[in-house]
Amino acid sequence: MLADKDRIFTNIYGLRDKSLKGAMARGHWDGTKGLIEKGKDWIISEMKASGLRGRGGAGFPTGLKWSFMPKESDGRPHYLVVNADESEPGTCKDRDIMRHDPHTLIEGCVIASFAMGAHVAYIYVRGEYIREREALQQAIDECYDAGLLGKNNKCGWDMDVYVHHGAGAYICGEETALLESLEGKKGQPRLKPPFPANVGLYGCPTTVNNVESIAVAPTILRRGGAWFAGFGKENNTGTKLFCVSGHVNNPCTFEEAMSVPFRELIDTHCGGIRGGWDNLLAVIPGGSSVPMVPAEEIIDCPMDFDSLRGLKSGLGTAAVIVMDKSTDVVKAIARLAYFYKHESCGQCTPCREGTGWMWRVMERMVTGNAHKREIDMLLDVTKQVEGHTICALGDAAAWPIQGLVRHFRPEIERRIDEFSHNAHQTKPVLEAAE
Amino acid sequence: MSVRRLAEGNVQPADFAFSAEMTAEVDKWVAKYPEGRQQSAVIPLLMLAQEQEGWVTKAAIEHIAETLEMPRIRVLEVATFYTQFMLQPVGTKAHVQVCGTTPCMLRGAEDLKKVCQNRIHHDQFALSDGGKLSWEEVECQGACVNAPMVMIGKDTYEDLTPERLEEIIDAFEAGKGDTITPGPQIDRIYSAPVGGPVTLLDDESRKAASAPRGNGNGPQEMTKAAKPETAAPEGDDTLADPDEAEGPGRTKASKAEVDAKTEESGPTMKVASTASGVKPKKKPVEKSVGNGNATMNLASTASGRAKPGEKPAEAAGETSLDDKNRPAAIDKPANPDDLKLISGVGPKIENTLNSLGIYTFEQVAGWKKAEREWVDGYLKFKGRIDRDDWVKQAKALSKGVDEYVRVFGKKPR
Repeated sequence: MLADKDRIFTNIYGLRDKSLKGAMARGHWDGTKGLIEKGKDWIISEMKASGLRGRGGAGFPTGLKWSFMPKESDGRPHYLVVNADESEPGTCKDRDIMRHDPHTLIEGCVIASFAMGAHVAYIYVRGEYIREREALQQAIDECYDAGLLGKNNKCGWDMDVYVHHGAGAYICGEETALLESLEGKKGQPRLKPPFPANVGLYGCPTTVNNVESIAVAPTILRRGGAWFAGFGKENNTGTKLFCVSGHVNNPCTFEEAMSVPFRELIDTHCGGIRGGWDNLLAVIPGGSSVPMVPAEEIIDCPMDFDSLRGLKSGLGTAAVIVMDKSTDVVKAIARLAYFYKHESCGQCTPCREGTGWMWRVMERMVTGNAHKREIDMLLDVTKQVEGHTICALGDAAAWPIQGLVRHFRPEIERRIDEFSHNAHQTKPVLEAAE
Repeated sequence: MSVRRLAEGNVQPADFAFSAEMTAEVDKWVAKYPEGRQQSAVIPLLMLAQEQEGWVTKAAIEHIAETLEMPRIRVLEVATFYTQFMLQPVGTKAHVQVCGTTPCMLRGAEDLKKVCQNRIHHDQFALSDGGKLSWEEVECQGACVNAPMVMIGKDTYEDLTPERLEEIIDAFEAGKGDTITPGPQIDRIYSAPVGGPVTLLDDESRKAASAPRGNGNGPQEMTKAAKPETAAPEGDDTLADPDEAEGPGRTKASKAEVDAKTEESGPTMKVASTASGVKPKKKPVEKSVGNGNATMNLASTASGRAKPGEKPAEAAGETSLDDKNRPAAIDKPANPDDLKLISGVGPKIENTLNSLGIYTFEQVAGWKKAEREWVDGYLKFKGRIDRDDWVKQAKALSKGVDEYVRVFGKKPR
C-alpha cells in the first residue's frame, strides 16, 4: 500500500482542518513563489518528467498539453479552465478534492496558469455539486484574503480564479462542450481543429485540465517529477485517486499508486468483493465509458492505462464499478445505454439516433425479446456510431455494449432462447427498433 | 437527448423579477466574466431564478435574456438543454432526485424509485396530493461510492435504504427537512470506507477522527451495514481513543465486559469502536484479531491474500454463535430447499446457511428482525438481507415458484 507520507491528498475524507491554515500546515502553498521563480520551462519539463497523464479519462500527458500553449501572447489573453464537471458514472474523486482539499486545486491553478501564461482561471463545477462549489468558493475567498490570489499577490503571478457551474449535462465534461457552456451556450462540442490551445474560451488560447491533474501539480513540483515517476510502471506513473463502487464490501475513494493489481486494490481498501472473490462477475474499471472486463481477466491485472488497454478496456477516470454474480449484467449495461441516450447532445446524427436505438434494443435484450441476429446487428451499429461523431460520447456509448457482447454473448443468447421457449405464453408484441 | 418543453401557459406566472438578495448575486456572477461576455452568466442566472421560484418560468427566461442582452431563443435553448432546470412546478417541500445510473442501480436504486412511486406519485414530475412532493430519476450525481443516493434541494442523502428514504421524505413533507443531516445516512465518514479510513491514519487525522462528528445521526435507525460486527457495545466512550484501542487483544477485557452491560447509546465513533481489540464475551482472544473491521481485515488480507474460502470462518469469529438472536437450527431434512433461489443467496452463502442449520424457505420466512440482523452480521452482509427482502422472497418461495412469480413478477433465478 502507498505510504501515508506519499499521499498528495492528505485530507480526502475531510477529517482534518479544511481551511487555508490547515492546508498550509499540511504543506500546501509552501514555497509557491519559489516554484514560480524557477520559470515556465522548468515547470513544464518537471511535469513531463513526472509522467503525469491527464486524470480526466483520456490519459493525455499533462506536461505536453501545457507546452501546446503559445509561448508569447499575441495580444489575446490566455485562459486556464479546470474541468470539474465530474459526471462519468462511477466517478466521485474530484468531489472530495473540492470539498475537502480545495487548496491543492487552487494552488495548482496558480502554478498551471503561470506555466501557460494565463492570468485567469475558470473552474467549471458540475451543477449538482452545490455544496462542493460553496466549499471551493470559500477556499478561494480565503486565498484572496490572505493575498495568495489577485493582483500583486504573494505568489508573484497576478491571478484570478473564478468558479463557474453547469446545470446537469454530462456532455459538458467534454472540453470543447465545456467551453461552449462556459460561454453561455448549449453544451455542444466543437470540431477540432482548431484546438483550444489556439482557439478556446472566447476565442483565446485555453487549456482545459481535469481537477486532479491540476491539484497534483504543486506537490509534484515540490517533491520533484522523479518522485512522482517512482510510483507505478513506466508510462503509467504516479498516484491516483480511485473510486470503487458497486459490489464490494466497503465502497470508498482512496489514493493509491498506479499499477497496483486489482485484487490488492480491493482487498486493501474495500474489504474484498461482496460474497468473496468467487462471487466476482465483471468489473468496469474506468467509469461507465470503458468496456467491462470479466472477473478472471481483471483479478491480477495491474490497474493502469496500458495494462487495461491490453484487456481492451481502459483506466479512464479510475472509477471502478464492481459487479458480483447477483448482477443482471445485461440490465446494468442497458441502464448505461439509457444514460448515453439521455446525455447525447443531439448534434451529430449517429449519436443522437444511435444512442436511442441502442438503448431500445438493449432493453429488449434484457428480457430476451430479440433475435440472435440482432446481437450482431447491435454490434454493427455500435461500430457505425463509434468514431463517426464530433466528440467521444458516441464512442463512450458504443464501448460498454461492445464489452458486454464480447464477454457475455452466451448470456444474451440464453435469454433469447428462454424468451422464445416461453413465447406461447406471451402476447405477441410489435416493437419496432426505432 | 430528451425532449424538454416549457410548461403550459396556464401555470406560467405573468412576470418575474429577482429579489434584492438575488440581484446582488446576479451582479456577482456577471462581474466574473470579461467585458462583453456577460452571456456566460446565463446558466448561473437561470439557476438563481430557479432557486427563487422553485422552477424556471417563461417570464424568468425573458427577464434573464433582457438582463444579459441576449436573444430570448438563446436563453430558451440553454434552459431546455440542461436537465437541472425544472421547466414545470415541482413539489413545494421537496423535489426528490433519485440517481438511477448503474453504480446506484447496483446498490439498490430501483428500490428507492419504488419508494418514490409509492410514497409520492407513480409518475415522475407529477405532484403528490397537496403538491408538496415530486420526484424524478436523474443520471449519475457523482456520489457513486455512497450509492444509492438521492438529492433534495442542495443536499445529497447517501448510503440509503428504502426505509431511510421514506423517513427522509416524511420529514421533508412535514417541513422538517432541515432536521435530517445530509451526507451518508449510515455511520460513515463521507467517502471513507464503512468502519473508518484505512489510510491517512497518522496521529493528526486520528485525532480528528476521534472527535465527535456531531452529525446528529442519533435517533435514526441505522442499517446494519454500519454497525461494528463485534460483540462489544457501541457508544463506548472509553474506547474512543484509538491508541488505546489499537492493539488487538490488549487487556481491556475487564473494562469491556463492564461496558458491555451498558445500553447502546446513540451515535458512536466508528473509527474507534472498529479498531478496538475488545475481547468479546465467550470468544478466545486470538479470534478477536479478525475483528471484522476494515483496519484489521487489512492485516489479515494484506498478508497472504486471504482466500475467499476463509471468509465464513473469519466471520464466525465476530458474531457469537451462542447469541440468543441466532435463528433456530434444524437437522438437515431429506429434501432441503434450494436456498439459492433467493436472490442474494449464492452457493457459498447457501453452504454457510446450511452450516447454521438453515435448510428451508420456511425457516428464512420466519426470521424476526433481530434474527435477520444476527444472520446479516454473521454473513457480513451489510443489510443486504433486508434490502433484498429475503423474508418476503422466502415466504413466496415456500408456497412454490408460481407464488414467487406472482409476487415479484419474475422467476427466481
